[in-house]
Amino acid sequence: MTAVLTGPQRATRRRRTLLVLGVLTLAVVAAYLTVDVTGSWGYALQQRGRRLAAMAVVAVAVAVSTVLFQTVTNNRILTPEIMGFDRLFVLIQTVGVFVLGAATVTTTDPRLRFAVEVVVLIGFGAVLYRSLFGRTERDVYVLVLLGVVLGSTFTSLTLLVSRLIDPNEFLTLQDLLFASFTSVDRQMLALSAVLVALVTLGVWRLLPRLDVVALGRDTAVGLGVEHRRVVDRALLAVAVLVAVATALVGPITFLGLLVANLARQLLGTHRHAWVLPGAALLAVLALAGGQLVLEQLFGFNSSLSVMVNFVGGIVFIALLIREPRQ
Amino acid sequence: MIEIESVSKSYGGVRVLDDVSLTIPTGGITSLIGANGAGKSTLLSVASRLLPADSGRVRVDGMDVATTPGPVLARRLAVLRQENAMSVRLTVRELVAFGRFPHSGGRLTREDSRQVDEALAWFELGPLADRHLDQLSGGQRQRAYVAMVMCQGTDHVLLDEPLNNLDMRHAVQMMRMLRGMADELERTVVLVVHDVNVASCYSDRIVAMREGQLVAEGPTSELMTPELLRKVFDVEVEVHELAGRRIGVPWS
Repeated sequence: MTAVLTGPQRATRRRRTLLVLGVLTLAVVAAYLTVDVTGSWGYALQQRGRRLAAMAVVAVAVAVSTVLFQTVTNNRILTPEIMGFDRLFVLIQTVGVFVLGAATVTTTDPRLRFAVEVVVLIGFGAVLYRSLFGRTERDVYVLVLLGVVLGSTFTSLTLLVSRLIDPNEFLTLQDLLFASFTSVDRQMLALSAVLVALVTLGVWRLLPRLDVVALGRDTAVGLGVEHRRVVDRALLAVAVLVAVATALVGPITFLGLLVANLARQLLGTHRHAWVLPGAALLAVLALAGGQLVLEQLFGFNSSLSVMVNFVGGIVFIALLIREPRQ
Repeated sequence: MIEIESVSKSYGGVRVLDDVSLTIPTGGITSLIGANGAGKSTLLSVASRLLPADSGRVRVDGMDVATTPGPVLARRLAVLRQENAMSVRLTVRELVAFGRFPHSGGRLTREDSRQVDEALAWFELGPLADRHLDQLSGGQRQRAYVAMVMCQGTDHVLLDEPLNNLDMRHAVQMMRMLRGMADELERTVVLVVHDVNVASCYSDRIVAMREGQLVAEGPTSELMTPELLRKVFDVEVEVHELAGRRIGVPWS
């Protein structure tokens, strides 16, 4: 067994880990912006800068939403994406185009469109939470299975609806759905950045109470935390953040799982004030680093979400296998 | 003082608590006894606002637990449930420090840290303070949880089967520590216990329940009788006086 560290020693180690993560992230960001620039620097920096900004927004949204979701559901395996949140978002958009027509959807103020989508997601989150994560402890395998079923149901419904859509309208839909970091709309990016910043700031005040909520409902109530209220707010934040991330780049199912668990592992704590920045830095690192490798080594011939899901999927399976021993 | 007024609670049509009224006076140890499913744990959960009652109300020092804001009540009453599996990995000190949350809101003051150290010392957890909970034995972990609840510094401490999973040595040790909390720190301790002899040897008052109803309550010496125990547990129990203590022997 390794030597037992005291509290202050652990704190020093945490600080150092976070610092190293920060430096690494800066290095990758700098590399992403500057490696292999041919032609106009101004143009390259502008293009890459925008992509990087999109990645940072998505990284923070995914990291924060996953950590919060895992805290209020008291587990380390399920994420909003695994429970089907992001695919529901895709379904909402598809149904929107089907019912209202592409012209209506694309000419609607993106803020209004986004608000409607978020409201549906919040409803889904509330129903999911009340029916599944209520008082009784559920077997995590049942929940994973349910997530898989929900996810594939949403995907199938999306497919069904998109078959019914007029081919021309379908093209518009694809533009909406298959966004990637290379084609992020500037207006959407600004809106997303503001939303993520606001939500993250709002969440910051909840952090000490979230630390207690992570101990389980009964313990949290016993310690005087208004459990229901904190959970409601956290789920609200999760719904907005998942919507932002999915709207920007589409589903990256396992990114959140990867960074949330890695952050807890590296920092050796579950305290949100540490885990949230750690997970966000790791997410930027994964996205920017992955995109760098993708662009330089594979010449854009692969998709970043495929890579992230490959690594994240392995971590997910490893966590599932290890879980019974906890 | 905890006043329970005609509290009822049903689960899926089954009445688990049936019009229970009870006053638990300030000070000493009160033990809730009864067969499995008698409603002891449910009563404890309702009294500590972990479960809402279907009807009736509970007041702690005059405050209705259903309406008093969580943080206010958490400075008067602390509760520990039987199951405490946590999905997060904590050291003993971190866990115990959570007991100060109702006072500190997450930022420990020097006074909070002093109280944490005191609770650790009281439950002889000092040498284990920086270990993780999953590195401890069942008995040590149980002590850590009780230490957290004690650290909350409340006048009322409600514990659901604190002796669960403890062997004889650790059970006795735990009961001595709880006795000390009641005597030296003047806390009002309420326990759910399933061993009547533990209740008999360590508590001042006994509350006996059966099928969701109150059977009897009063000083331990008055309640440790063969008649009452038969009524509560449906088993013939002889009660013998041993070294000034009443011991029930059900294996006759």
